[in-house]
Amino acid sequence: MREITLQRFAIALVIAGIVMTLLPLMVGTYTLTLLLVYGMLAMSLGLIWGFGGILCFGQAAFFGLGAYAYAIAAINFGESTVPMIIAVLVPAAFAAVLGGMMFYGRLGDVYLGVITLVVTLIFFKFMNSTAGPEYVIGTARLGGFNGIPGYQTLNVPGLPEQYIYGDSLYYVTFIALFVVYWLVNWVLQSPFGRVAVAIRENEQRASLMGYDIRARKTVLFAVGGAIAGLAGAFYANWAEIVTPGLFSLGQSAEIIIWCIVGGLGTRLGPILGAAGLAYLKFKLGQQMLIDNAVITGIILVLFVLFLPKGLVPAIEKIWRLSVGRKRGRRPARSRRGRAASHG
Amino acid sequence: MDLAAVIVVETVYAVASLILISAGLAIVFGMMKVINLAHGEFMMMGGYATITAVNLGINIYIAMLVIAPIVVGLIGLLVERLVIRHLYGRLVDTMLATWGLSLFFVGIVTMIFGNTTTGISTPIPGISIGDYQINGYNFFIVIISILLVLLIYFVLKGTRLGLIARGTMQRSDMAAALGYSPDRIYMATFFVGSALSGLAGAVLAPLVGLVPSSGGAYIAKAFITVISGGPSVIAGLISSGGFFGVVNQFFTFAISPVVGEVALLVSAVILLRLLPQGVTGRFLKGKL
Amino acid sequence: MTMNRRHFLTATAALAGASLLPLSASAADTVKLGSVLDTSGIFDAYGKPMDMAMRLAVEEINAAGGLNGKMIDVTAYDTQSDMALYTQYGRQLTQQDEVDVVHGGILSASREAIRPTMRKTNTLYFYNVLYEGGVCDRNIFINGVTPAQQVEALIPFAMNKAGKKVYVLAADYNYGQITAKWIQKYVAENGGETVAVDFFPLDVSDFGSTIAKIQAADPDLIVASLVGGAHLSFFRQWAAAGMNKKIPMASTTLGVGNEHKVLTAEEGDGIMVAYNYSQELDTPANNAFKKKWAEAYGDANGVHEIAVSNYQGVLTWAEAVKKAGSTDRDMVIEALESGLSIEGPAGTVTVDPKTHHAVLDVHIMEFDGQKMKVLETLKQRQPIDTQAVCDLEANPNDNQQYEIKF
Repeated sequence: MREITLQRFAIALVIAGIVMTLLPLMVGTYTLTLLLVYGMLAMSLGLIWGFGGILCFGQAAFFGLGAYAYAIAAINFGESTVPMIIAVLVPAAFAAVLGGMMFYGRLGDVYLGVITLVVTLIFFKFMNSTAGPEYVIGTARLGGFNGIPGYQTLNVPGLPEQYIYGDSLYYVTFIALFVVYWLVNWVLQSPFGRVAVAIRENEQRASLMGYDIRARKTVLFAVGGAIAGLAGAFYANWAEIVTPGLFSLGQSAEIIIWCIVGGLGTRLGPILGAAGLAYLKFKLGQQMLIDNAVITGIILVLFVLFLPKGLVPAIEKIWRLSVGRKRGRRPARSRRGRAASHG
Repeated sequence: MDLAAVIVVETVYAVASLILISAGLAIVFGMMKVINLAHGEFMMMGGYATITAVNLGINIYIAMLVIAPIVVGLIGLLVERLVIRHLYGRLVDTMLATWGLSLFFVGIVTMIFGNTTTGISTPIPGISIGDYQINGYNFFIVIISILLVLLIYFVLKGTRLGLIARGTMQRSDMAAALGYSPDRIYMATFFVGSALSGLAGAVLAPLVGLVPSSGGAYIAKAFITVISGGPSVIAGLISSGGFFGVVNQFFTFAISPVVGEVALLVSAVILLRLLPQGVTGRFLKGKL
Repeated sequence: MTMNRRHFLTATAALAGASLLPLSASAADTVKLGSVLDTSGIFDAYGKPMDMAMRLAVEEINAAGGLNGKMIDVTAYDTQSDMALYTQYGRQLTQQDEVDVVHGGILSASREAIRPTMRKTNTLYFYNVLYEGGVCDRNIFINGVTPAQQVEALIPFAMNKAGKKVYVLAADYNYGQITAKWIQKYVAENGGETVAVDFFPLDVSDFGSTIAKIQAADPDLIVASLVGGAHLSFFRQWAAAGMNKKIPMASTTLGVGNEHKVLTAEEGDGIMVAYNYSQELDTPANNAFKKKWAEAYGDANGVHEIAVSNYQGVLTWAEAVKKAGSTDRDMVIEALESGLSIEGPAGTVTVDPKTHHAVLDVHIMEFDGQKMKVLETLKQRQPIDTQAVCDLEANPNDNQQYEIKF
């Protein structure tokens, strides 16, 4: 685990700035915003699965919950600042309750998968059947299959008439992703994050050392839910409509695929996996020759069979083998030394 | 009184269809500890195999009971050889790989048959119970699933083949030492599981409109039923299928089909919270 | 290395720019028509013929010399029966493709998804589908039949034939919810009683328990406002239980997507419906239309209610563009508001200036041997449900969908 230093942060800031200005030259900002949203969503699962060992088959539930919470709150408040906060808090609270129920029940891996999947399905079924006028929260109709269109989208805090959309939404989303990324980094290198990794590696040993595994897993799960909720809120701003389809199994599956392809246990992997695959899907959607699902399916199978660790670790390895041999040896060793002295 | 009879029939039908859609998955999970998330797509392909065969002029019963299981069984065999066998013992990886396969099959079927709803009519006329009319095909499904459960039971319990299969699942090293190849037996088990999925999809096809994404509707239900059932194949299947079927129909009749579905899902969450190893992890231990 | 990368960047940027160029250059000498329809997925039975009808209308107009000397250029997107794709493609049509008019949307959910986008960007919008009524927005024109045109005629007819106790089944989204209320209203007005209303999400395909429940309520008549491929199973299972011989049924949607040709004659016979169009209409206009369709697509079996609506919608818009002499939104709206009317395959269609809905013929029909047999024809019905609440001449800035209070 590499620690955060001012120098490292500054370099990242510069790189992020360059990437942020260069990307729109190649891809439209409309598409880019969606890729960023997906990146943030993938990061949420990458955190709890890759670093906490919790395989959640229903990350889409928190994503959808965030989007719906935003839409409902935005209709009621008529501005976007409070709704953005609500869209983070509601999924986080829900994840905490659900996680508490599962982890204090000491459920195994597979059972955890089933429960998260079932919860997603419940949301989907429920939201799909709320078309009647009796399903109202404040002034917002839930709308069932129709979804909720026409809510207030992102505005400059305090100025409900100043909308942030198009190019500006892209920049705001990019900055949000960058901030969340560094928050995750910070969490991971804090004692909390290190214990989380220890639990992933060996739950029994961590428990014998006196750590309360159930509480720690619940908190990590809630943090994952919060990030997915934030991604959902940005999605709601991008799409300008929320529909029950957000809670679909297909959406959950895709998040898992992004993490696998990008690389589990890395911080950048899920983001790159999400952006890359979503872009691929977008490109493939424009040709009619081969169905999209065929290619996504083949990619997932091939990765599980031949590259189960994902792209980013594989590239790192190749990098270290080729470039690292020439000049990377010594910094690598000193880095390891520093990490040890910190641990 | 007649209404009560109708409700009983509908409930038995609900239980039967849950068992039917879960059987293939239960065999593969119970015997091999592999969760096949492409199960729903195997069912969907069973349905398409039936419809295609019927449209070619083949008798509908032959299409459902013979052609669909064989076609899907062979596809399963191919899948096992190419993908699954490399992943034995890696539960999460098999789930992910089969999820990938499910997407792949949805895509392939979409390319071949198009993303449109197809269907065939039921071959059995309606039946009257007193003043009520019910779908005669329901009885056919109930009979098929009873026969299926009996068949699985007798094959596993009564035949030498079943004995070898059970032995291999418990101690594959021992079975290998006695001269039975675990590789072969896993392969055969997966073939049978896939064929059963195909059969289920075929038998249900006349009741519903079929689209390439139909599998998604089944996989969640089957998955929940099998996991809640726990380690025993038959006892687990019957107990959890029975429980969920009754819960589902009770709320369906009392309120609406949607509430029925949601009640099924909620009861699954509660059940798993109380019995984390599934029903047969606590009760009926060691039964088949 | 750096040189290469920079080269690559400029090359891609140039490429992207170049691909945009022909579009903007041609924008001046063509009229751009945008279309968003579900031509795949569970609503494709509605969307595919609608797409064919739109293209047929455009080909005809172009063959006759175009609009004011300009050819119509079609930009069509397939929304794959996914409501979230509507907003996406709606924005693409208005912001990227900058079309002059958008025809499309099938489910009311899809219309409500794109209507705000169209209004915000001042893009004229035509929704050419039978629907639940009440939309009041100066930017939209609707030529499908509304409950006052359809349900009001169908319910008394069906109740006369069957009886006073009515059981309503409807799709669980805005169309079904609002239509169910209209059905209840007209049942009550005709001295009947609605014993129950059940709503079904669009993915429900197992109706066994519902069929048992209906029998327990023992109604005289079933009115079904079910939508889409999954709901078609209801009619199959209803017939499989032998119920189609026992309780008569009327529907506000069945047949709109040619479902009477998917169901067998035994499954469908006797179901009562009321629409603007039937393939069996024996008028010169319809026969000529079917002939044109058959020439373009092989045979005319695919033509259905909302395909014809879409065709008539494109013709109405084209007529208004000719009259206005321009594709400018405000000028075209003014031309349409002059009470413009066209002769379509389903008879005369006149734009109602107050509501932007249409005045048209409605036929009460019955399924008979996979055909819709016309029993009664009601000439030039007004959309009085929407007229009662919406007056765009008096309040041109009105922008909402009025719902029936019942």
